[in-house]
Amino acid sequence: MSVLVNKNSKVIVQGFTGSEGSFHAQQMIEYGTNVVGGVTPGKGGSTHLERPVFNSVEEAVQNTGADTSIIFVPPAFAADAIMEAADAGIKVIIAITEGIPVADMMKAKPYIKERGCVLIGPNCPGVITPGEAKVGIMPGFVFKSGRIGIVSKSGTLTYEAADQVAKAGLGVSTAIGIGGDPIIGTSTKQAVEMLMNDPETDAIVMIGEIGGNYEAEAAKWIRANGNKKPVVGFIAGQTAPPGRRMGHAGAIIGGADDTAAAKMRIMRENGIHVVESPAEIGATMAKALGVNA
Amino acid sequence: MNIHEYQAKEVLKGYGVRIQEGIVADTPEAAHEAAVKLNAQTGTSWYVIKAQIHAGGRGKGEIKETGSRGVVLAKKLDDVKEKAAAILGGTLVTIQTGAEGKKVNKILVAEDVYYPGASEPKEYYMSILLDRATGSNVIMASTEGGMDIEEVAEKHPEKIIKEWIDPKVGLQGFQARKVAFKLGLSGTAHKEMVKFITSLYNAYVATDSSQFEINPVLKTSDDKILAVDAKVNLDDNALYRQPKLAELRDLAEEDPLEVEAGKSGLNYVKLDGNVGCMVNGAGLAMATMDMIKLSGGEPANFLDVGGGANATTVEAGFRIILQDPNVKAILINVFGGIVRCDRIANGVVEAYKSIGDIRVPIIVRLQGTNAEEGAKIIDESGLKVFSAITLKEAAERVKAALEA
Repeated sequence: MSVLVNKNSKVIVQGFTGSEGSFHAQQMIEYGTNVVGGVTPGKGGSTHLERPVFNSVEEAVQNTGADTSIIFVPPAFAADAIMEAADAGIKVIIAITEGIPVADMMKAKPYIKERGCVLIGPNCPGVITPGEAKVGIMPGFVFKSGRIGIVSKSGTLTYEAADQVAKAGLGVSTAIGIGGDPIIGTSTKQAVEMLMNDPETDAIVMIGEIGGNYEAEAAKWIRANGNKKPVVGFIAGQTAPPGRRMGHAGAIIGGADDTAAAKMRIMRENGIHVVESPAEIGATMAKALGVNA
Repeated sequence: MNIHEYQAKEVLKGYGVRIQEGIVADTPEAAHEAAVKLNAQTGTSWYVIKAQIHAGGRGKGEIKETGSRGVVLAKKLDDVKEKAAAILGGTLVTIQTGAEGKKVNKILVAEDVYYPGASEPKEYYMSILLDRATGSNVIMASTEGGMDIEEVAEKHPEKIIKEWIDPKVGLQGFQARKVAFKLGLSGTAHKEMVKFITSLYNAYVATDSSQFEINPVLKTSDDKILAVDAKVNLDDNALYRQPKLAELRDLAEEDPLEVEAGKSGLNYVKLDGNVGCMVNGAGLAMATMDMIKLSGGEPANFLDVGGGANATTVEAGFRIILQDPNVKAILINVFGGIVRCDRIANGVVEAYKSIGDIRVPIIVRLQGTNAEEGAKIIDESGLKVFSAITLKEAAERVKAALEA
C-alpha cells in the first residue's frame, strides 16, 4: 500500500533533459521507478534516457497517463512548472528545486489546492516507497523496506533516520521529505496524517527543525487523533541562534515558538517520543515498538 | 538580505511611502553639509543623527569609544559636526549586536518630525511579513509605536492588529481602511494612514521583500503619516530579479568568513563555540551542532557543504573553520548518498596535506555509499584524523577529543 508513490505510479520528470533532471531520472529508472517520460519545453518529440520528451505536461499526461511528476526546473521557473503540472491533472507533484522566491510559492500553493492535487516540497529530497518507487534524489539503498513511515524537513537527516531504522532491524514504508522552505505544499501534519491512515505503516519518525509551527501543529493533531501509532520525534537546531538563517530558507528562529526547545516540549506534551540526540532515532523507535535492536 | 535604514527609506520613497527625510554622510564634514542641505529642503532646524548599522536598538545603544548614543539630536546646525564625529568610526553596542558591537561607517542626518502643532505627534507600529501558517502576507499594526513589539505581543496581545492578505487579489481598500480605523485615526490622519498602508504594501510586493518593519510610524502634529525608521528584509531567493536592490548589499556588515564561504559555494554561519563542523545538508548540519553540545562541546559554526561535496569544497571548508581561533576540534559529518564516502575521505586527506599545519584533532564521520572504504582511507592516512561510521561513535570521539 504505502502512501503517495508506489510501483504503479506513472512518473514524469519536468526539467528532464537538464543536468540535474537527467542524472536523477537515470538514478530513479535504475531503482525501478516507473518513469514514463519527461517534459522540456521546446524539446518535445525527442527521446531521452529511452523515454519520450514532451513540450508540455498536458501532452505528457495525454500520451503516457502520468499521474506523478518530479520537478527539477530552475528556481525562476519552478512555480510555473508546479502550476502547469496541477493544471494538467497530475495528482502528486514533487518539487525538488531549491531557491524558489517566496512570492511565487504564495501564488502556486492556492492554485494547486483548488485543483485537488498534492504538492511535496519544494526544496525537498522527494518521496520513496522502498522496493517500489523512488521519486526523489535520495540514495535508494539506504531505505530498507518495512513498516516505519518517515516525515522530514531535511534531506540528509532523512537518510540518517532511514539508516538508523535499518540498523535497528526495521524498515521504511514510505519516507516523505516535505522540504525546508517557508511555504511548502504539504505540512508535517498532513504528511503524518497520511502515514497514520496507512495500514502498512506501524510507527512514524517525525523530523523537524527550527522555524514555523508545523511540528507543533502535527503534535497536537497526533494527540487529538488518539496517538494511534508510536511517533519518534527530533528537532534540529537546539543550538541555533535566533535571527540567523541556518541554510534552509525556513530554518530561522523568529519568535519564542520557533525554537527547538519549544517544539520539543509541545511534542513531548502530546505523547511523542522526543530524542535529544539525532543518534538516538533508531534505538528509540525500536524501544517504542518493543523490538530488540 | 538586510539593507540599511537610509537605503530602505529611499526604496520606500520610490513607491510613494512618506518618510522622514534625511541625507547619508560618512564624515563629520559631510554630515554638516547634509544638515545645511536638509535645512534648505525641509526647513528643519533640529537634526537627528542616526548610526547606520544592520542591528536594532541603536537609540539606546552606546558608542564604545565616546559614550555617545547611536541616535542623537542636534538642536543647532553648529552641533552636527561634533555629534556626528562622536558616532562615525566608533563601535556601536546595542542589545542586538552583542558585546563586540558594530563599526559605524555611515550616519543618516534626518529632519526633525516631532515638531509641535495643532495636535500631539503620535507613534504607531507597523510591519508586513509572511505568515507561514496560512502561506499569506500579514500586516501587523499597533498603537504602541516605538516599543519592543514582542513585549507588546506578550503583555497586550489585544493591542496588535492583524490583517491577512489574500495572495490571489492582494491588499484591498477596505483592509487598509480597517487597519487605519482600528488604530483610532479619523479625518485627514485616517486618509493619510490608508495611503501609507497601501503604498507600503505595494512596495513590499514590488521589492520581493520577506519583512518590513516600520517602528515608529509617526502621525505628525499636522496629521501627516510617515516612516521614522525602516527595516527592510529582502527575499534572497528573489534577488536575481531585483538587480538594483541586490546592489544595496553592504559586505562590511557581514562576517568576512561568511562572505568568503559564500564565494566557495558554502553556507557558513559563525558561532561562538569550540568545535568546528562541516556537514552535507542543512538539517544534518544543525543536528550535528546539537550533538556537539550533547557531547560537552559548543558548536563553533554552522557549515553546509551542500550536495556536491568534493575535495575542493572540503578544503575550502577546512580553511574557513581553521581561521576561527576558538576551534579545538573539527567534526566532519557526511552522509554520502550520491556522493561516495571514499571520495570524500580522499578529499579530506588531500585537503589536510595541502593545508599542512593543522593542530586540532579532526573526527571524520562518513556514512552511506562506500562508508567502510572511506573509514579505511582515513585510518591509514597516518594523519591526526579519527574515523567514525555511526553518529554515536562520532559523538563519543568528539567527547574524547575535548577531554584529552
